[in-house]
Amino acid sequence: MATEVDPQMLDKIQAATQAARHAAETAQAYADQIAAGASAASGGAIDPFIFRLAIFVLAVVVGYYVVWSVTPSLHTPLMSVTNAISSVIVVGALLSAGVDASVGEGSGTARVFGFLALTLASVNIFGGFLVTERMLSMFRKKG
Amino acid sequence: MLNGNIAALLYLTSGVLFILALRGLSSPETARQGNRFGVIGMAIAGATTLLYQLPWGFSSFFWVLVAIGIGGSIGVWRARTIQMTAMPQLVALFHALIGLAAVLVAASALYAPQGFGLGVSGSMHGTTLFEMSLGAAIGAITFTGSVIAFLKLDGRMSGNPILLPNRHVINIGLGLLLAVFIFAFIPTEAHLVFWLIVLVSFALGVLLIVPIGGADMPVVISMLNSYSGWAAAAVGFTLANLALIITGALVGSSGAILSYVMCKGMNRSFISVILGGFGGDTAAPPSSGEAEERPPVKQGSADDAAKILLAAKKVIVVPGYGMAVAQAQHALREMGDILKSKGIDVKYAIHPVAGRMPGHMNVLLAEANVPYDEVFELEEINPEFSGADVAFVIGANDVTNPAAKTDSSSAIYGMPILDVENAKDVLFVKRGLGSGYAGVENELFFRNNTTMLFGDAKKMVDGIVKAMS
Repeated sequence: MATEVDPQMLDKIQAATQAARHAAETAQAYADQIAAGASAASGGAIDPFIFRLAIFVLAVVVGYYVVWSVTPSLHTPLMSVTNAISSVIVVGALLSAGVDASVGEGSGTARVFGFLALTLASVNIFGGFLVTERMLSMFRKKG
Repeated sequence: MLNGNIAALLYLTSGVLFILALRGLSSPETARQGNRFGVIGMAIAGATTLLYQLPWGFSSFFWVLVAIGIGGSIGVWRARTIQMTAMPQLVALFHALIGLAAVLVAASALYAPQGFGLGVSGSMHGTTLFEMSLGAAIGAITFTGSVIAFLKLDGRMSGNPILLPNRHVINIGLGLLLAVFIFAFIPTEAHLVFWLIVLVSFALGVLLIVPIGGADMPVVISMLNSYSGWAAAAVGFTLANLALIITGALVGSSGAILSYVMCKGMNRSFISVILGGFGGDTAAPPSSGEAEERPPVKQGSADDAAKILLAAKKVIVVPGYGMAVAQAQHALREMGDILKSKGIDVKYAIHPVAGRMPGHMNVLLAEANVPYDEVFELEEINPEFSGADVAFVIGANDVTNPAAKTDSSSAIYGMPILDVENAKDVLFVKRGLGSGYAGVENELFFRNNTTMLFGDAKKMVDGIVKAMS
């Protein structure tokens, strides 16, 4: 009975996949347009580094205001959660670990570094968020 | 498989979620929700990278799972088992890991730039190489600096400042050497120079932290927090990754603000903390010659303390690092419960630099089930001391010393203090009569309305609880 597949079900699945693919393509098209727009707006003359720098500077400003609004009683969890989010360096670690072996002589070394970085970052991701959660769950109101 | 622009937008999304994670911490009610935003942001960043890298070779993917498995289990184990008193050490260790990961990712990008879309080995952009060396250098400083901070906080190394002769000259020399290596690295892309940068930075990290004493640890740990952020941001620039750039900026400014708050709490300039040499674990002997003039201190037992406390209408508890060392927070909460059951008003006053990291006391009290709305910051509670019958100071000293307000020659002059002197009675739970980290005598000990309770903080509070019931 497990072998019998409802043909209607199959059709539905196919339709769903197609819709998903279509959505992804549309999203990609939009993203491409936004990027093209951004580059056109700058006349293509601005180095992408400047865009990154702009984002960096804005994030520093946002960080400044957001962190000042953190209540002092939660400064320890603030520290552990900033620790946890810094482990987004895992992005770099994943790229290193997945370097294609065929690209050149350095790729093996790069992958070893990536493996180590990924291990370290994973300690931080799991440890950082969990210990923050553990601390925050201790903060209770009178009652 | 994923288009580069979509990936960038997803990274941006996780960056925004991280901002929301920090925003949640503005109140204990929204904090856990914030933490969840952080987790989602991390999941998006990880998944995006995995999808972007498709197709994965089987062996690469296998090793990725192994690494996440090993790292994840260690992380879960540490997070579950760590004692709350040991949080500063754990956080220092986590900073070290981020620092080392930054070095490794930068090295990996140097060895196989093709894998990161950074061009071909030997002909990378100057900007990229600059960002890469910066990421590696800050990461390396964060790594060894945090390891030293960990060793000091964990008591595996003396908390006393270690002062090398000519240490400022050595540090400046190393800093210049670092700059020379970075400028030699950019045109040559030589692997050897890269490792020299890392090596010099390792040394610099050690030398920057060893001269800083135990009492300045809250600043050090905040500063290393900030460094780990800047390291992540530099790696983010190298890899052109928005999530990393945003996160690095957030963490960097967060650590910097915390350092500032801590310095202000001690009335010390950031520069003087960095230069080090202040505040060992064993205090300097009190200035000689004055010993004979001191009036005798009034000592009390647990029974005396219980009587004084039970006669009060309002008690303010001032916990300090000594409470954490003695693990007295649970006994303290028990004492508070008894007092509250007798209709006595109990509040807790926290000095900004109490403990070994920002907010450490709040976590310990929360762990002992003290509701957070009974715990107050310095500015909120200070006006209330004059209306309090008893100030119960446990394991704190310098942060209550009136000399900070009156004696302009004192080492702690100008530091904001908790005005326990205004309470009708002051009880000091202390191991001995020694002065605090700053090596400054506390005149409060010799006042008429002060009773000294000498002994281990936990045993003393247990004794008081027993005497009360």
